[in-house]
Amino acid sequence: MSPVFQGILTIIIGVGGCVGYFYFSNMLLDKVIFPARGPNTGRNINRANQVRPWLFLFPAMFALGLYLAYPVVGSFWRSLFDRSGANFIGLGNYVDLFSEGTFRTAVMNNLLWVLFVPAMATFLGLLVAQLTDRLSWGNIAKSLIFMPMAISFVGASLIWKFVYSANPDIGIINSIRDAMGLAVLDPLQVRFWNNFFLMFILVWIQTGFAMVILSAALRGIPEETIEAAIIDGANAFQVFFKIKVPQIMGTIVVVWTTITILVLKVFDIVYTMTGGNFGTHILPSYMMTYMFRDDGRATAVAFVIMLLVLPVMIWNIRQARNEMR
Amino acid sequence: MDNIAGQNQGSKLAVNITVIILVLLWLLPTIGLFVSSFRDRDQISNSGWWQAPLAVDLNFRTRVAADGAREENGTFVLEGNVFADPALASNFPDATGTIAAYGTRAVAPGEFAAGEVSELRAGGTVVVNSDGSYRIETAEALDRGPTLYFEARTPPKFTLANYRTVLFADGMDRAFINTLTVTIPATIIPILIAAFAAYALAWMDFPGRGLLIAAVVGLLVVPLQLALVPLLSLHTNIGIGQSFLGIWLAHTGFGLPLAVYLLRNYMVGLPRDIIESAKVDGATDFQIFVRIILPLSFPALASFAIFQFLWTWNDLLVAKVFLPSGAESQVMTVKIADDLLGSRGGDWGILATAAFVSIAVPLVVFFTMQRYLVRGLLAGSVK
Repeated sequence: MSPVFQGILTIIIGVGGCVGYFYFSNMLLDKVIFPARGPNTGRNINRANQVRPWLFLFPAMFALGLYLAYPVVGSFWRSLFDRSGANFIGLGNYVDLFSEGTFRTAVMNNLLWVLFVPAMATFLGLLVAQLTDRLSWGNIAKSLIFMPMAISFVGASLIWKFVYSANPDIGIINSIRDAMGLAVLDPLQVRFWNNFFLMFILVWIQTGFAMVILSAALRGIPEETIEAAIIDGANAFQVFFKIKVPQIMGTIVVVWTTITILVLKVFDIVYTMTGGNFGTHILPSYMMTYMFRDDGRATAVAFVIMLLVLPVMIWNIRQARNEMR
Repeated sequence: MDNIAGQNQGSKLAVNITVIILVLLWLLPTIGLFVSSFRDRDQISNSGWWQAPLAVDLNFRTRVAADGAREENGTFVLEGNVFADPALASNFPDATGTIAAYGTRAVAPGEFAAGEVSELRAGGTVVVNSDGSYRIETAEALDRGPTLYFEARTPPKFTLANYRTVLFADGMDRAFINTLTVTIPATIIPILIAAFAAYALAWMDFPGRGLLIAAVVGLLVVPLQLALVPLLSLHTNIGIGQSFLGIWLAHTGFGLPLAVYLLRNYMVGLPRDIIESAKVDGATDFQIFVRIILPLSFPALASFAIFQFLWTWNDLLVAKVFLPSGAESQVMTVKIADDLLGSRGGDWGILATAAFVSIAVPLVVFFTMQRYLVRGLLAGSVK
């Protein structure tokens, strides 16, 4: 069966199944289990309404539980076993990992990524949002800076190969070096700094995201506050840093944490650009070297990533609870 | 109002210039990819894409036929024109050109300037003029003509050959269809499931609602990596294995938290009056959802659809893990990252074209639906 046909069939079965589930389960509830007639009409309607939310929620809860909640436990459990999955070795995988040089490099690099990418993307996004706000062609500029959002990490990596390539006829950086009479070098093999070259690709992708949200936040600032500051003699910089930024601090933090979480998931850039060579591994790419080879190690690395995400997760949940109050 | 005070022409110019530089910086790499995808493969490796509209100096070789020699005053003379070689006809269709330098050894193809007389290794002399005519003089008749190398200026050449190779010969067409096959069900199914759940979380009263919302917010940040190993073994145990069905389910699960979160945030903001008056009129929750909530939530549904579409289209990780690695089920990202980068690592034209084919659809979706995408982003983040 061709995958196209299979795909169409799945759409029909999947969508039809979902619609059918919601429709018939509601019918069943209202007409058969708690019918709204007979002696207990009132009580039945109330009961049906108590059950109904769970009918609506069930498929989503089931999928969320199976695909996201269960793996947290499942992965941790698996990480306590050796490669074959038969022998319980406690924290053996973790001990082995921490004694490995590549793993420590990956952790250090990942910390660099988590610090640099969100900071840089948020800063550039804020800068662009503020600058384009006053321009007549600001929307076009924003749209172009936002564009990399649509590009896959693999595509973006290839695009940046045309910047970083060691061949001066392909890579812009080396052609400039060549024109200036400097020796050709491969930026991706320059230890330590090559991490930043890779990070910049993600910054390039994420700046547009930060810009869109921060630009909306900047527009939401009450004008009176800015007018008052200008009347009091504040210059453009003071207005920006002392009036505007404090008022959108909440949004800045949201943007920052969103990008942080994304950084911890991205393995594509390192995988396509260097394959983790030259000291550029990060945890997600390092995990993929064990995927399909040693599930115990792979899940252990994944769980280390989870531990890094945990603070953000707790902060997010508290934030959401505060809002609901 | 900050354009009224504290603004002058000078700072306006500075702002304009800064933004222009930033936009150029953001756009240039993509333009480079786009230009490169149309260039001839020899030209790509000999001049940068920013020089694409200029002529390129390329090296060619031609083997001189030995049988055309004539004797002149005791020496054998071979004369002809390098551009007449039929093997070079694709580069020099009218058999003319300009030679900058020539050579007689492959390691030094541009050793001598045009018009300069040089020694042949086998004995004798050779000269190649800038119009391509050559004259070889040897003491004895040659049984094998020497090979001449020369550097000639070729006009800029743009072709669709890369696209032809990528789309019809390299299996990218198959990968394209596979990507579509993964993407469409993986976009539609989570929307449907999430919409019902979001309605329940937004407008129905039941114990534990707050807890569930908090759980969704928490699951929003669970790293995908955790799910790979346990779910793949689960899929294998229940007989799905690595297959399209498996990746659809996986994408559905991974996309749900964002879907539920975005849609709930949007639905909560819908006016209460409409929903209550519908209830007073005797509408059931199912009717309210289908007749009122769904049509009103169209912007949020559209924005999540765009997100999920971009995410599944661009995904490499989930496809690598949940799909078999054979060519018949490779999606484009896997094809490029694992196949083309390895086997065609030096063929920049093919790589650029493959990348461009893979980003073309998302770019179209992005530019036509940008308004919804922005609206969805804002619904999720700005309070």
